[in-house]
Amino acid sequence: MSHKAVKSSRPTLSPSPAVEVRAAPHRSEVMPRKKIDLGEIEYLRILDEHGEVDEALEPKIDGDELLRIYRAMVLTRKLDIRMLTMQRQGEMGTFAPGIGQEATQIGQIYPLGKDDWFSPSYRCFGAQLWRGWTIEGLMLLWDGFFEGFEIPQGVHDLPFSIVVGSHVPVAVGVAMGIKNRGGDAVMLTNFGDGAMSQGSVNEAFNFASVYKAPIVFVCENNGYAISVPVEKQAGISELARRGPGFGIRSMRADGNDVLAMIVATTEAVQRARAGDGPSLIEAVTYRMSLHTTADDPKVYRRDEEVEQWQAKCPIARFEKYLMNKGLLDPQAIGRLGDECEQEVLEARTRFRERAKARPREVFEMMYEELPPELDQQRREYLAKLDRKGVQ
Amino acid sequence: MPKMNMVEALNLALDQNLANDDRVCVLGEDVAVDGGVFRVTKGLLEKYGEDRVIDTPLAEGAIIGAAVGMAVYGLRPVAEIQFSGFTLQAFDQIEQNMARLRHRSHGRYPISMVMRAPYGGGIRAVEHHSESREAYWAHTPGLKVVIPSGPRSARDLLHAAIDDSDPVIFYEPKALYRAFREDVPDQPQKIAIGKAQIARQGTDITLIAYGAMMRPALEAAQDLKDLHSIEAEVIDLLSISPMDTQTLVESVSKTGRCVVVHEGPRCCGIAAEIIARINEHAFEHLLAPIKRVTGYDIHFPYFQCEQHYLPDADTIIEAANETLQYE
Repeated sequence: MSHKAVKSSRPTLSPSPAVEVRAAPHRSEVMPRKKIDLGEIEYLRILDEHGEVDEALEPKIDGDELLRIYRAMVLTRKLDIRMLTMQRQGEMGTFAPGIGQEATQIGQIYPLGKDDWFSPSYRCFGAQLWRGWTIEGLMLLWDGFFEGFEIPQGVHDLPFSIVVGSHVPVAVGVAMGIKNRGGDAVMLTNFGDGAMSQGSVNEAFNFASVYKAPIVFVCENNGYAISVPVEKQAGISELARRGPGFGIRSMRADGNDVLAMIVATTEAVQRARAGDGPSLIEAVTYRMSLHTTADDPKVYRRDEEVEQWQAKCPIARFEKYLMNKGLLDPQAIGRLGDECEQEVLEARTRFRERAKARPREVFEMMYEELPPELDQQRREYLAKLDRKGVQ
Repeated sequence: MPKMNMVEALNLALDQNLANDDRVCVLGEDVAVDGGVFRVTKGLLEKYGEDRVIDTPLAEGAIIGAAVGMAVYGLRPVAEIQFSGFTLQAFDQIEQNMARLRHRSHGRYPISMVMRAPYGGGIRAVEHHSESREAYWAHTPGLKVVIPSGPRSARDLLHAAIDDSDPVIFYEPKALYRAFREDVPDQPQKIAIGKAQIARQGTDITLIAYGAMMRPALEAAQDLKDLHSIEAEVIDLLSISPMDTQTLVESVSKTGRCVVVHEGPRCCGIAAEIIARINEHAFEHLLAPIKRVTGYDIHFPYFQCEQHYLPDADTIIEAANETLQYE
């Protein structure tokens, strides 16, 4: 069927009358036409890529703590590299490596206390290990074993989210709960540059702002959402500029500078704890590796770009700083690296021992109590396993 | 015993739960100062304050997401979505978080929360305000779905839903909000989610309905008796998920004939699930194919035509007669 255009019998409307906009010959003193203050956003870097530190901005952290931070970054890198090997050898499921984002990870998580809460996205090995998740647990989880999702005792974390940004409203809800019950804790949640486009994240920002929820949002801007560069993700080049529009204090930090991340997050956590509401930190970093092991970045970015960022490596930068402080030397770097590698390998052994599927348990944790119909389905399923001889 | 309409009965249930358990809180659009667009939460702000009766910004996804987070923290939130047509804005939060977090957290965070929403047609509402999409939620593992059919069951079911350790979708038949009054006792009667109720005993045919469709179903049963001396048994499903298969199967095993009624679309609707279960468990007792009287697989009509779309007693009687005459 064709749709014929029907001629309107109505008279053609003339174009809108032109409005001549003129600069007033002199400023009116009655009617306002003036700038609105949109707030200030700071950018923070304390340690540059050559290991040079700005002593005026440098946080006071003692030597042992600095080494603990360094070790956590190295351990994260070792775990990523080992799991990549395991994945290539068929011993690991698809996972999302965080190589290049170690300073962002450890810097944001360092200021959180044990009673604080953490709701991570999926590229979060460093922060999760710092919080108390085990290496073998993370290996189990990414290799498709449900028990990997078990949250370690005493850890106030949510399981990482898979659907980009879907966890952020829940994180705000926890923070609202904390405030509602007069608690002292703070929630920290993170997500990537892609998540900034999600409605859920923007709704969450608004809720947090309206309720002055004790929450810190960390946007890890690593340059890409799979293949889409941040320039195509957002019409602004600094994502932190979104914060003030929601009434959220925002800061942009060099995400490859662990000291900047620590300072930015410490301030945000303090504000949240003091009842001053949410903060947004945009950590400018770079995903030096793959989106996931199913990804080929050569399709969408040039090697030269990656090389430029390799020169800004967060671990190398922090190493120089620690060497300048006399806390590290080449031997100690080698020794710490070996120790971390060994730790990962020992965890891999424990992972291999536990990596046994438990198909008889797939109906667990669905409900407090299985409804009769579901229990019937469970029995049906178990009978099928019995017939197939599956334990 | 005071006679109440459904709005008053729901208000009573919320009031008593807020009074008895300081973990309970209410949140949603216009629920506090305004008392809800249907006035279900009227007066609660004045009694319990703005920390527990919370007006939220206009964002259904964040309302459900925030409620899930509050449940993670140990509160028992009752979130109101203004109309069930708007719950689709929150589909992601319901599926990813409300339904899954108990499981994803390996049991650490049971999500004890309720999502209330008015559903269904019959109030001459604008587009997107009359849908009946309970089948979506029944299809989502991890949720429970309940629908009351009158003031008394609304009050008792809401108590049960708030008490439950799992997330509950609580759909309120808005056509019944002020349709009639019932005796509502001071204290709730304990009812278990997952149990249907036999609203009228009978031996010749089973009529299964829920929510607003209970009224035409009961009217049809009365007419069948008055006009045709047919004794219809009427079952009020109350709990869509989990479903009380046993009560349905026992009744149809006795009567051998059955009509299922709902106002939502037919394809993959709740009636399809009910019929499948009866086929699985009572096939040898069936004397006739089971009939469905449902909404059609079209967008809910603009309200000048809604009375023709919605199942009514006459349509149910016709279906019952066809079933009864089947040999």
